[in-house]
Amino acid sequence: MSLWDFYARNSGEVLGLVGQHLSLVATSTAIAVVVGVPGGVLLTRRPAWRGPVLGLANVFQTIPSLALFGFLIPLPFIGGIGATTAIVALVVYALLPIVRNTYTGIAGVDPAVREAGRGMGMTDWQLLTQVELPLGLGVILAGVRVATVVSVGTATIAAAIGAGGLGVYIFRGVAVVDDTLILAGALPAALMALAADALFGLAERRFAWRAR
Amino acid sequence: MTRPLEVQGLGYELPGKGKRETGDGRFLVRDVSFTVGAGETLVLLGRSGSGKTTTLKLINRLLEPTAGEVRIAGARARDLPATRLRRRIGYVIQEVGLFPHFTVARNVGLVPRLEGWEPPRIAARVRELLAIVGLDPGTFLLRHPHQLSGGQRQRVGVARALAADPPLLLLDEPFGALDPITRVELQREFQALQQRLGQAMVFVTHDVREGLMLATRIGLMHQGKLVFLGTPQEFRESEHPECKKFMEAA
Repeated sequence: MSLWDFYARNSGEVLGLVGQHLSLVATSTAIAVVVGVPGGVLLTRRPAWRGPVLGLANVFQTIPSLALFGFLIPLPFIGGIGATTAIVALVVYALLPIVRNTYTGIAGVDPAVREAGRGMGMTDWQLLTQVELPLGLGVILAGVRVATVVSVGTATIAAAIGAGGLGVYIFRGVAVVDDTLILAGALPAALMALAADALFGLAERRFAWRAR
Repeated sequence: MTRPLEVQGLGYELPGKGKRETGDGRFLVRDVSFTVGAGETLVLLGRSGSGKTTTLKLINRLLEPTAGEVRIAGARARDLPATRLRRRIGYVIQEVGLFPHFTVARNVGLVPRLEGWEPPRIAARVRELLAIVGLDPGTFLLRHPHQLSGGQRQRVGVARALAADPPLLLLDEPFGALDPITRVELQREFQALQQRLGQAMVFVTHDVREGLMLATRIGLMHQGKLVFLGTPQEFRESEHPECKKFMEAA
């Protein structure tokens, strides 16, 4: 059976899994942004925390994703079988690039610009929202871009703990040694990653002030 | 009568390591006192590391003084919230520090906007200021900093500092990064500006010619202390060894 026949016969299921996959990625990335951007900002205000926090995030990054999903299953509240566990794991992976790029983006703002802003009497909040975040936005978006693309890939493994998504086809295909089935999951996931990459790439260039 | 700026016994001791309350005994600035009246320009002259820039930052509290007192138009600087204090003091730095994502108009209108002026009033003020610093508002209002030359950028920097009509202006080597021709051009314009505006100014430089040209009085800083304070004429005739060195270098 060709891939196109498969899609034609199972269009309802395919769309459902694509939807699940998108929702896993979107939810986890959104949570990672909401936590990671303030986290990165905090690191610029508390330089002593930078080493430990980024180090810890790095360590999480090294845990193989299948193992992390496994570790999370027995945990109360955030663990168990299903989408919640998968989202927690995806957030953990997405945090590092977002926190790190937020820190880098803000730390990269020209010190003279920051000094002028403070010297003009801007409060720390005004400096952050009117100067540092807008100027760091290009770099921050680059972090979100990496996080999203990685999430699309990692989310395929979420199927292993019953969270659904396109990984369902991949795992099923591996189990029954069916390349078409593997491809049925892998192809849309790859396209999704490329689309996210292109989309954030555009946004990133739009906001890259310091390139000039 | 209160003067725009009174500085009394100003000092800054580097903070000690760790959480100790006391400093580490090294003073970047020690026992500096002077006053600046309306329309006066005090030029702080000195070598690199002599404490000139630190003194400026102690006045607008980018650094908190560890000793002494600063009064702006009679009010004790340390009694005001730092942000409010700074909005009443114009600040110009060598690197200019324009916001690259703001137009010239938004850069110049920064302090009025922070102060909550009505937009039409800000717009009118911005036009007026650009004209004062010799930039045609029609041409420059909507440009971004990267579209300006170094000289134009510093003109915008000066306009921004003047925006809310502060009684005091602090300038830290404002023309130091410009090419020699543009520098002389801006120095001349600045001289004309001084006469028109009547602001009190503290102008930091290590260029003795610039200092002699622009100063009402010169303060010479050496190793964190103010070792000479007097008119340019007195400076030329001073027997102080550091003054003599500077005059020889001119």
